[in-house]
Amino acid sequence: MPDITDLLFYGFAGLALLFGFLCVANPISRSPVTSAMFLVLTIVSLAGLFILLHAFFLAAIQVLVYAGAVMVLFLFVIMLLELKEEERRKFRKFTVGAGVIAVAVIAGLLLQAVFKAVPFGTGPTVLAEGLTQPLGRILFTQYLLPFELLSLLLLVAMVGAILLTKKELK
Amino acid sequence: MSTKIVDRKPLSFFENSYLPTLVSGLKVTWKHFKKSAIQGKPLTMEYPEQKWVVPQGYRGAPYLVKDQDNNTKCVSCQLCEFVCPPKAIRITPPGPNGAPADRKNAEKSPAEFEINMLRCIFCGLCQEVCPEEAIFLQKDYSLTGESREEMVYGKARLLQLGGIHGGIQKWKHKLEEAKEQEVFPVHAE
Amino acid sequence: MNVFDYLEPTTQFVIFSAVKIALVFGVTMTFVAYAVLAERKISAWIQDRVGPNRTAPPIAKYLPVIGPILVRLGMFQPMADGLKFLLKEDFTPAYVRKIYFWLAPAIAVIPAFLTLAVIPFGSTLGNPENKMVIADLNVGILYTFGVVSLGVYGIVLAGYASNSKYPFLGGIRSSAQMISYEIAMGMSVVAVFMVVGDLNLGAVIQYQAKYGWMVFHQPLAFVIFLISAFAETNRLPFDLPESESELVGGYHTEYSSMKFALFFLGEYAAMISASAMMVTLFFGGWTLPFISEPASSLLGGLLHIAIFIGKLSVLMVVFIWVRWMLPRFRYDQLMDLGWRRFIPLALGNILATAIVLAFISI
Repeated sequence: MPDITDLLFYGFAGLALLFGFLCVANPISRSPVTSAMFLVLTIVSLAGLFILLHAFFLAAIQVLVYAGAVMVLFLFVIMLLELKEEERRKFRKFTVGAGVIAVAVIAGLLLQAVFKAVPFGTGPTVLAEGLTQPLGRILFTQYLLPFELLSLLLLVAMVGAILLTKKELK
Repeated sequence: MSTKIVDRKPLSFFENSYLPTLVSGLKVTWKHFKKSAIQGKPLTMEYPEQKWVVPQGYRGAPYLVKDQDNNTKCVSCQLCEFVCPPKAIRITPPGPNGAPADRKNAEKSPAEFEINMLRCIFCGLCQEVCPEEAIFLQKDYSLTGESREEMVYGKARLLQLGGIHGGIQKWKHKLEEAKEQEVFPVHAE
Repeated sequence: MNVFDYLEPTTQFVIFSAVKIALVFGVTMTFVAYAVLAERKISAWIQDRVGPNRTAPPIAKYLPVIGPILVRLGMFQPMADGLKFLLKEDFTPAYVRKIYFWLAPAIAVIPAFLTLAVIPFGSTLGNPENKMVIADLNVGILYTFGVVSLGVYGIVLAGYASNSKYPFLGGIRSSAQMISYEIAMGMSVVAVFMVVGDLNLGAVIQYQAKYGWMVFHQPLAFVIFLISAFAETNRLPFDLPESESELVGGYHTEYSSMKFALFFLGEYAAMISASAMMVTLFFGGWTLPFISEPASSLLGGLLHIAIFIGKLSVLMVVFIWVRWMLPRFRYDQLMDLGWRRFIPLALGNILATAIVLAFISI
């Protein structure tokens, strides 16, 4: 009888895979809003996986930022632009063949990695003080340069967005 | 008229921080709350425990009246039926073979007199036009019933609700009223 | 030794948590029903009228003295309201997008109740292991904000599903307002946690028990949090999305009976959880200046819970009071306040707090 952690892992991982699949290949409805909602569910399942790795901070931030803000803005755009449902295209042999070959190659690589891998360690270490303080410490000392570069990247994106939507000054 | 531009003073920093508005809002709401809840004086009149005073001349529901000798005043002239704007009054005259009137000065009395209270608009034209002063709009304002048929009041009910409006000799009263209003000159005989 | 102690610790924990969850849910639902009544009565008194004062079930006749007083106070009105919501016709218009129409009220209501899971509403009931909080998370505040940001979906989907102009406008406006003020709310609270040093909500209460209420240490953070809480729960003066005179009903125009009841409940439950967060973070939670030790007996534990509920009620009255005090903000003024004034203010607050803490620790 596998213990509860393994069961939860299989559950969350299965849900993440299922929702990811339904996001792109939904057989029932092809509207973009449905895909966006399934993406939200995928993100929440991933947050569950983070919790199983004892990374509570990351899980909460994932839900807060990704599911709570980014996907809401995705939904805004989809709803405001009133994107129509995608029409079913004809299946062409070449496309199907190329897709199958690509999936086979990637699956082959992944399966090789899984079967040849050697386990190390005993799983995630549970820090006594939780994740937040070590994360903060590392982020501001060891990984300070990537942190500042990321904030610069966000600033560039913001300025670009404002510039693109600004009306031409006569 | 040319337009007059009104000077708007720019808001001071203190006013811009919205604090004076908040404080004055608090004061106003607290004043009203104190008056209604703590001193117990809200503006609501809690009907039906507290009722309002019906003013003089209020046009309530029209009812048939009897005179001081308990005789029905209505002589079935059907003037009120013809003047009623929404046609709320329906009178069945007695006809040539009908029952005689129940007082000695009257020629006839209505066989059936119905007012549909749901159609009545309480305008008072029937009271104005009645030559016998038999129908009066009294102070009853809350009429309820549980079906449309129930709200069509028959003669017996109208007489019962109307009561006695006695002590009037109709033409003498109208002469006195006219003299008071000086509407038309009446030469005293 | 009762039968409870013979079970394994995990089973004990599960049963105790289930009891806590049921109690918190029940008490919150009752609170929500009576918050609706309090809103009606208090807004009536502020407007020089009397609120509901006539609802009397047959049992009120049999209570000797207190029956008529309760009826005059309208205490039985929530029963009538609940019955009305249950018995009204639940109408689904033909042109709505059915799945989202049915999902949206649920998604709107669930986050409001989920945030109550991390709030310590008491200390203990005498046994130091049984804490009066459903989930003593180490990242309690982040969980709260994550769940609150999921609540935006309910309104977005409600506006989208209704497939009609006014709800769509109301939904878009409301969700834009909510995500703007989430940022200000989160940033204003960062300063509180910098001072405390721990993200655990129980640690915040212990800090306040030692050093005084946080509202005196961080008044600017409290003001920003209070106003952002008004904006998050779509309450006046920020209720443009559901403004009753402009947008008919806003995003819940097309909803009737139980679904509307869920939106309504969700709004009041969100108010209650926002007030609970404010009580925990700024007003000392279940402590009073001289009652700050964790309880050592059942009676002490209940006293702490009563203190918490008392403070919560005061904040709910403030919510209701402010509704009738201020006129509604225009939408561009609202967004201007959220982005251009609160975020710089909150960032400045964080900077000032950081500088002060750095000086103190030197």
